[in-house]
Amino acid sequence: MIEAKALTKRYGEKVAVSDLSFEVRPGIVTGFLGPNGSGKSTTMRMVMGLDMPNGGDVTVNGQHYRDLGWPLREVGALLEAKAIHPGRSARNHLLMLAQANHLPASRVEECLDMVGLSSVAGQRAGKFSLGMGQRLGIAAAMLGDPGVLLFDEPVNGLDPDGIRWVRNLLKGLAREGRTVFVSSHLMSEMALTAEEVIVIGRGKLIAQTSVEDLTAQSSARYVRVRSAEPARLREAIDRAGATTNLDDDGSLTVRGLPAAEIGQLALTLGVALHELAPQSASLEEAFMELTEQSVEYHGETTGAPA
Amino acid sequence: MTVTTMDTAPPVVAPAPVAAHYSMMDLLRSEWTKLRTVRSTMWTLGLIIILGVGLSAIATAETTAHWATMDPGSKIGFDPTQTSLIGVAFGQLVIGILGVLAISAEYGTGTIRATLSAAPARWKVLAAKAGVFGAVALVVSEVVAFVAYFLGQALLKAPTPHTSLGSPQALRAVVGAGLYLTVLGLFALGIATMIRHTAGGISAFVGVLLIFPLINGALPQPLQQTIREYLPAHIGDQITAYHQFPSPHAFTPWVGFAILCGYALAALVIGGVLLTRRDA
Repeated sequence: MIEAKALTKRYGEKVAVSDLSFEVRPGIVTGFLGPNGSGKSTTMRMVMGLDMPNGGDVTVNGQHYRDLGWPLREVGALLEAKAIHPGRSARNHLLMLAQANHLPASRVEECLDMVGLSSVAGQRAGKFSLGMGQRLGIAAAMLGDPGVLLFDEPVNGLDPDGIRWVRNLLKGLAREGRTVFVSSHLMSEMALTAEEVIVIGRGKLIAQTSVEDLTAQSSARYVRVRSAEPARLREAIDRAGATTNLDDDGSLTVRGLPAAEIGQLALTLGVALHELAPQSASLEEAFMELTEQSVEYHGETTGAPA
Repeated sequence: MTVTTMDTAPPVVAPAPVAAHYSMMDLLRSEWTKLRTVRSTMWTLGLIIILGVGLSAIATAETTAHWATMDPGSKIGFDPTQTSLIGVAFGQLVIGILGVLAISAEYGTGTIRATLSAAPARWKVLAAKAGVFGAVALVVSEVVAFVAYFLGQALLKAPTPHTSLGSPQALRAVVGAGLYLTVLGLFALGIATMIRHTAGGISAFVGVLLIFPLINGALPQPLQQTIREYLPAHIGDQITAYHQFPSPHAFTPWVGFAILCGYALAALVIGGVLLTRRDA
């Protein structure tokens, strides 16, 4: 269980996290979503007691991180891939962490085995690929077999096999009743992994909801209508209070009126329908819509009309 | 690379110790693993041994070879003890680099965040680091000082004057040389805890050790003489010298050493305060 209350963090003038409150419950994978630079990593560092909040409070299992007696046995975290001394072997990196919390050296071997790094455990970590670094970070998080796990962008740099492996690992950990908190800027990845999502933008909470609801709520849901008389139909739909858009190919995009009612309307008007297709927004679109206002760095799309 | 399909962690076999909290001993063990598992430690310690023993051997052998033709003034000023410890003086730069790296490498690689996640009590982490580094530095420095001394005295053949550890001054100089290096290394660790960058830490350390004396040399007297007494390198000179000429412009060896310990402690405390206050 992770609880954040009115968490605020400023770096000089810049507000990185602002009045952020949320709860991460055990037993499910909770996604932490937001565009790059929205404050996800900062929030995770505050959970871990690494960065001090300017305001608010965050606890893990009801305690401040700094008060945990055996931190690694309660909380495991992958905050940065490759945060390893390049000259130290994977085994020794894990060993020095294990020793700090009185964990046996045999646990190091178990975790190396779990992430598939046993064969390269003696090599200097500087030679590791980003994906291997991620695996080592996951092994470090698992050292103390903790009940609470934080992963900051864990699939970055992984190949498709690795991504699937992480996905299954996270789900498995949650099934065992652990609290699993995973950040990502990729909604599509979270759609496959998380049950709940906390969405932030510019350091502020935008939504804490289930993945299902997030898609359902989205106004990106619309109905595509093709008919013999689009202009007449459009008028009627507009009068019914929905918003419409007439596309170049003569099809109507209708927002705010369910397909059934559009069909009924067409029947009343006596307009023949050629197509009546409800389109549900992808999670990706729902996410884009939510965070549209809060993207830190907008890129220009050159050449394409707005 | 093959992907293991196992999707859950094997349970931890060892239950948490009865203690409510990770102990200082756990942190010391962890810091010892960190120090011994990077090559830079072995390289720098090796360099201290080679410089410390090698340069001392060259200096003493040279003196013996040219003793007959040396001018009387040089003969009077000749300090056989300090000459045999001359290589130890070169070790001060290297031990400083090792002290800086002991913490700056953690910041450079991001390991510091793993360290502080495992042990959020930051003062304890710094204390464990200083303890382990200090112990390693002390053992290596003392061994180098004694080996350099014995080898040097053996190479200073009659009629070249030499000393033996039976003399309290010689014993103080040899033991003091090792202590001087150790405390200097801890001073460097403190500086690096404040600065958090390898290059910055080394620059600051070298600045204090070598550049300060140069700047001081440009100052007017008697200010220059007063400041000089307090410079670490000058204190080191007094510690490793056999002859103590009572002088109003130099601290006696142990007073100087105490001042040096004060510098190291101050650097570590300021570093520790910053460590606990700053974001990692």
